[in-house]
Amino acid sequence: MISQEEIKYIAHLAKLSLSGKEIKSLQENLSGILDYIEKLKQVDISAIQPLSHCMDLENELRQDETEETGEDEAIVAAFPERQDRLNKVKGVFINGDQ
Amino acid sequence: MTISEIKQGIADRKFTAQELIFSYLEKIEKEDGNINSFITVCREKALKQAAAIDKTAKDGGQLPELAGVPIAVKDNILVQGERCTAGSKILDNYIATYDAAVIRKLKACGAIIIGKANLDEFAMGSSGEYSAYGHTKNPLDSRLVPGGSSSGPAAALAAGFCAGALGSDTGGSIRQPASFCGLVGLKPSYGAVSRYGLISLASSLDQIGPLAKNVQDAETIFDAISGKDQQDSTSAASFATAPLETAKLKIGIPREYFADGLDQGVKAALEKAIKKLKEANCEFVEISLPHSRYGIACYQIILPAESSSNLARYDGIRYGVSQRTGNSLEDIYLSSREKGFGVEVKRRIMLGTYALSSGFYEAYYTRAQKVRRLIKDDFTKAFLEVDFIITPTSPTLPFRIGERQENPLAMYLSDLYTVSANLAGVPAISIPCYNVGKLSVGLQIIGRPFREKEIFSLAKLFEKIK
Repeated sequence: MISQEEIKYIAHLAKLSLSGKEIKSLQENLSGILDYIEKLKQVDISAIQPLSHCMDLENELRQDETEETGEDEAIVAAFPERQDRLNKVKGVFINGDQ
Repeated sequence: MTISEIKQGIADRKFTAQELIFSYLEKIEKEDGNINSFITVCREKALKQAAAIDKTAKDGGQLPELAGVPIAVKDNILVQGERCTAGSKILDNYIATYDAAVIRKLKACGAIIIGKANLDEFAMGSSGEYSAYGHTKNPLDSRLVPGGSSSGPAAALAAGFCAGALGSDTGGSIRQPASFCGLVGLKPSYGAVSRYGLISLASSLDQIGPLAKNVQDAETIFDAISGKDQQDSTSAASFATAPLETAKLKIGIPREYFADGLDQGVKAALEKAIKKLKEANCEFVEISLPHSRYGIACYQIILPAESSSNLARYDGIRYGVSQRTGNSLEDIYLSSREKGFGVEVKRRIMLGTYALSSGFYEAYYTRAQKVRRLIKDDFTKAFLEVDFIITPTSPTLPFRIGERQENPLAMYLSDLYTVSANLAGVPAISIPCYNVGKLSVGLQIIGRPFREKEIFSLAKLFEKIK
């Protein structure tokens, strides 16, 4: 069974803060699902290449050109906090008011 | 009313587009309180679009293919100027700034977007119960789930609130609700329809497709929305445009799909359908898709892995609901995601992050990608021998509301017969075959990649003879 410490570590990576109750229920749910997934170990995959995508994709390149979309105002209006037309966020490299 | 009936009605001046849309809006207002199929009803814009159609008709102009046809759109597809929640509280206040490629195409065909339909949060679910905007009821029996994650589009169509709908299908999310609500639902080949403007769940599996009252209507909507789009580099340029020309269609029945766990009523309905098709000169052969039994396990790694990456963008910084408590940037991320995401979304993010984390990546993600290749190869081999594969869409009839909500694994197994088509990228349709009581059983036809037209022709044949 996956440990509570592991759950906390994964939550940290996923930027989720979880309550004690959530940690406990995730511990049960994830363990159940991971047990089910174990059945993939029955498949012989020794000579198989991974498939990330089901179509034969090739890179499609085009010029990186700017276009007027007329969406600017709507995008700015969606900012949770703004100063004039700028998106206001907390300091990236500092903690709080430091 | 079907799409062709609406087209005829408007052409013959039996009713105007405005009268028609008004009657649909009235019905929604009266009856959707109980079903909860819509998150947003686009009343004013729909009536305005209808007025424009009527003006064109009055001026003697040519009416486009879907003129006046009311379409419900799953609320994870962007419609410019309308709220788009994806069924999540984290996008509660989000207004779409542009039209998805499919919406642009539908509008150009004269279709009228009547509303944004309910869904499991971020399309994660098979019953509609994981929506942050309340669960949707099955119009055939309100104690039952309508299926998911396109719960709202299916319920809205079955309840007569629209004439067609758009859903998205990542592991069965169009076909399973179509099956549960007695409708036609198509998951197109991966790449047949542009994903531009679809809120991503798992990018290598997602496809937008139609839900409709009959096969012809599904084909009409598919024709309108499919094709290459510059904004989605995975959209395909060309595909087959004609049905299969052959004296005898050869259909495969995968023995693994008719094994344990298949409901007896569903099985009997499928057997009756196969008998009918045999009488119509179709040849049936038993085939094997040996890796299909690993479909759900494979999917339950690939889907959370891709979706945990896709959902990293919801951080409370640029749009959506943002919790500005605490002092640091990290605090905004943590509290916005804590308040914004529901339990199932958190579960999948956790599972995906675990599968992708250092030390487990090879054991889970790479292994799943290898099994995915084997699942795809099974289909490639099968289609050397047969033209189509027929299976049940769902192993069971619609289940009761609440029955699987607390048991994620039981919920995931609802997609047993549908996930493989997404993993392999092949097209698949669910069509109603026979009833068990008042409930409908869905029959799934899987075809070769980009041969949707062949699927439609077999589906129409069955519709005629059943």
